[in-house]
Amino acid sequence: MLKGLKKAALARSLWIYHVAASPCNNCDIEILDLLTPRFDVERFGLLLTGSPRHADLLLVTGMVNKKVLDRVLRVYAQTPKPCVVAAFGSCAISGDLFVDSYNFAGPLDKHIPVDVYIGGCPPKPEAMILGVMRAIEKLKKLKDL
Amino acid sequence: MNMSVGWVFFYLLVFPGFLFTSVVGLLYTWVDRKVTARVQFRVGPPLLQPFFDFFKLLGKDTFVPEGAPRSIFLGAPLIGLASVSVLSTVLLVSNLFPRQAFAGDLIVVLYLFAFVPIVLILGASSSSNPISALGASREMSLYLAYELPLLFALATIVVKSGGLLKIGDLLQWQWTNHPFLYSASGALAFVSAFLCMQAKLGFVPFDIAEAEQEIMGGITLEYSGPVLAILKLTKAMLYFTVSIFLTIFFWGGFRSPRHGWYHILGWLKPLAIIVLIILIKNTNPRLRIDQALRFFWSIVLVLSIAGFILASVGL
Repeated sequence: MLKGLKKAALARSLWIYHVAASPCNNCDIEILDLLTPRFDVERFGLLLTGSPRHADLLLVTGMVNKKVLDRVLRVYAQTPKPCVVAAFGSCAISGDLFVDSYNFAGPLDKHIPVDVYIGGCPPKPEAMILGVMRAIEKLKKLKDL
Repeated sequence: MNMSVGWVFFYLLVFPGFLFTSVVGLLYTWVDRKVTARVQFRVGPPLLQPFFDFFKLLGKDTFVPEGAPRSIFLGAPLIGLASVSVLSTVLLVSNLFPRQAFAGDLIVVLYLFAFVPIVLILGASSSSNPISALGASREMSLYLAYELPLLFALATIVVKSGGLLKIGDLLQWQWTNHPFLYSASGALAFVSAFLCMQAKLGFVPFDIAEAEQEIMGGITLEYSGPVLAILKLTKAMLYFTVSIFLTIFFWGGFRSPRHGWYHILGWLKPLAIIVLIILIKNTNPRLRIDQALRFFWSIVLVLSIAGFILASVGL
């Protein structure tokens, strides 16, 4: 029962930390759009936090390059578990038009476990809300945390 | 004052102490978030959101940063929680059962109020994070800024009532005469105490020590999991306690013996104070620490001293 409570509470209160792994800033601006009154994700208990120590949901934007990879891994290690990772935008999912770049370190899911993929360049706020809903559904289906 | 030990523990842990205060405090944070959302034309979080947040944090990992002394880093929030529990118990018991108050409880309340910032400063400066340390130093300056006006505001009502130092007696005075708020000196004292409490809670425009966008949560930056839950709970309980504090000392308490129906309506007074705090929070930008110091040491201090002088001449 305690586990159920823990899971239900986590699914209803995902706090976002925004990991900018060398993005072009477009995704980042769209994330800020998501937090505006028009879309109001606080309805679902989502809040933006300033520290990975408080976060449950890491939104990783941008093409992960060799220089920033170390930082992404460190932020992931600093986030208290259980946490959810979202690959945000085409760059984090696949590398998009930077696949052939000399410093491309591979798609995000090669380095840390990714739970949701939110596609688009940049994703629309509706797509982000859908992605977060998928993360919540996935959390609810998990057997153990 | 003859109470058995069992009753003391019941008061402290269940009603009106820890359990009651934490539930009402978490509901207060919901009111805060909902009113904020409505101000911004949003829908806002559901009623149980603060409870979800709390239980979620209880289920997460806790990190102790490298180089941080474990006992202080993890112990400080617990001391804060304990002091706020005792504080709310003392305040609520002295209003619910005025005869059970003890001599000098006003001074105990002041000391317990001072505990919260001290504990935050201890925890943040032990976390070995430079940004947390910056938050701690700001919290310290802010504490120095608002403590003096707060003391003057309380001295005002003590002088006004003719030197009463028991919360029960102060309430009795307000019931036989009038609430302090309805006199010139009391109103000035209320305004300055109100602004001090806004700073004590760390709310905009005085959230300089936490400043999410600037120093990423400052004093709470390194806390995670259950310890962060305790910090958030302490904050929520402090929220409720502050509203009760202002109601008891300036507005005749939430319960008075003269009015039967008033018992229920009286609980709306702390709620009204909270809504006022939230509205100020939502309509003001954050000050810099030097601006906050100047604000408290010039405007608020002058206000509270003016109130004190008015009280000494009997207005």
